[in-house]
Amino acid sequence: MSTTDPLSAFPLAMEGREAVEGATREGRSLSPTERAIAAVEAYTPAEAAERTLRNEMLADSRPGSRQPLIINMGPNHPSTHGVLRVIVELDGEVVREVVPVIGYLHTGIEKQCENKTWWQAITCVTRMDYLAPFANIHSYVLAVEKLLDMEIPARAEWIRVLLSELNRLASHLVFLGTSGLEMGAMSIFFYCYRERDEVLDMFEMVSGERMNHRYFQVGGCAQDIPEGFLERLTRFLKEMPGRIDEYEALLTNNPIWIDRMKGIGVIPAEQLLGLGVTGPTLRAAGIPLDLRKSEPYSGYEHFQFDVPTEIAGDCYARYLVRVREMRESVKIMQQVIDGLPEGPVIADDRKVVLPPREELAYSMEALIHHFKLVTEGFKVPAGEAYATIESPRGEMGCYVVSDGGPKPYRVHMRDPSFVNLQALRPLAKGGYLADLIAVIASLDPVMGGVDR
Amino acid sequence: MGRPARKRHPEERVGELSDASTQIEATSPGAVVQEFEDHGELTVEVRADRILEAARALKSGPSQFTLLSGVTCADFPDEPGRFRLAYHLRSVQTGGRVRLRAWAGGLDPQIDSVTSVWPGADWQEREVFDQFGVRFHGHPDLCRILNPLDWDGHPLRRDYPIGGEEVQFTDAV
Repeated sequence: MSTTDPLSAFPLAMEGREAVEGATREGRSLSPTERAIAAVEAYTPAEAAERTLRNEMLADSRPGSRQPLIINMGPNHPSTHGVLRVIVELDGEVVREVVPVIGYLHTGIEKQCENKTWWQAITCVTRMDYLAPFANIHSYVLAVEKLLDMEIPARAEWIRVLLSELNRLASHLVFLGTSGLEMGAMSIFFYCYRERDEVLDMFEMVSGERMNHRYFQVGGCAQDIPEGFLERLTRFLKEMPGRIDEYEALLTNNPIWIDRMKGIGVIPAEQLLGLGVTGPTLRAAGIPLDLRKSEPYSGYEHFQFDVPTEIAGDCYARYLVRVREMRESVKIMQQVIDGLPEGPVIADDRKVVLPPREELAYSMEALIHHFKLVTEGFKVPAGEAYATIESPRGEMGCYVVSDGGPKPYRVHMRDPSFVNLQALRPLAKGGYLADLIAVIASLDPVMGGVDR
Repeated sequence: MGRPARKRHPEERVGELSDASTQIEATSPGAVVQEFEDHGELTVEVRADRILEAARALKSGPSQFTLLSGVTCADFPDEPGRFRLAYHLRSVQTGGRVRLRAWAGGLDPQIDSVTSVWPGADWQEREVFDQFGVRFHGHPDLCRILNPLDWDGHPLRRDYPIGGEEVQFTDAV
């Protein structure tokens, strides 16, 4: 046992030192983000105490002193939507600078995919944006199907649309519930999660899992929707518009909600576009960009629905757009139920798709195909493809490169949360610290998707 | 990589070039190395030292590729250029898409940053720097983003092992 201060064995926060060491090793000077991290983090407890004292002295409240106070929010702050860390420079209550620091949930999914077969990689990509697992798989299977030039049965496409919209509904419910919580409205959270739980139950009915389903397969869907599912969904859809009215009754004209959201977090639509922002955040600023309309995939062209837009571009407009999108999703799902075509749910391509289970009992060929597909996986022709879909948060893109083998050469997921989060800095700068929370909530980032 | 469906070289058939390549060639002659269409996607490969000019031409030209959907990279250790960058562009006005490609070079991979054209390239280029070690000139904040700041090596390179972290008590038999 050493006699030194036991705390010194645990440096409070190591990332400041990591920033300096990393930059030194790579032979470059500290970048602005690294400088911000080094400024807010101490190496040892003694230094931490010294810095705290210095910061307090700098930020003394004498009128006119105007020294900035640098504070660290996160990564485990309950109001930052998961493990998002934000370093904020404050002048009184006003935010002068925002530096988002991400990567706390990085699990190297893209690297893992390179060591799995095309078929196994579905399991990995599902786990990125955990509130929209169907969106992740959807873009991945579309990209792989593009390389394989596959025809997908109509019923499979319609089921994909159905589940994607159900997923959009569930994801927006989480947005609504958690941002209510962050704005101090407790009850909306319980109402939203009540309905979301019903959706998760239905996901479980279809795929066996409440989250991280690997239900979409290359070529279609893993199996047909179970008996009783459509009846349950019909009941749910009948109730849902009334439930959305309920949420709106709680929030839309609520003076506190309006005070916290209206006019908060606005930048010009062109700037949002330049930052690559897509989805409800962009549509709330007046640009009606929706991939379901502009580049229909999986048969979205068969359905009638509107693309809700607002022009204000503030947090309140983003809330309105999402609520109206929930209503549109209900409309689309109703149309799917009314016109769901009969037929197979997966393509009949024995070189890619597993043969039906019962055939293994009598067909030698099916058995061989099954064995080859499970042990070796299917091969994808060499080339590259980029498939995009409209996820609840914006443009979800999947870039796959194949070298002709049974494993992906490269899988890259362009996650909308990751790109949209860049807008946090311009949106929150110059506002109040409390508005920063509203802005984060209205961007609706999912850290699993940001960090992948 | 791959067998492109239709391969066209700018010197051979200037008249048949796509709008995107024509736009680049108009302001930066000789920048386009090749272009081809595969699986319905147009790919324009440009010389790495002309990437910024090509980006400017595509954004301000008639097709108006105002939205940079994504910047990403793939590592081909056996190719002389090694790191192949892919910029996925989308035109909000016309709905068109194009993939801009460039090879960053194997020994000291570097390329100009396009953050001055599309500010949204910021984090995406940082991710490529972090995962592949490609340096972007003129990037305002080039540092690691997903991996820890003092991480050694660039995980998405093909020669980076997937071994992972050593598990506790590995040596204690």
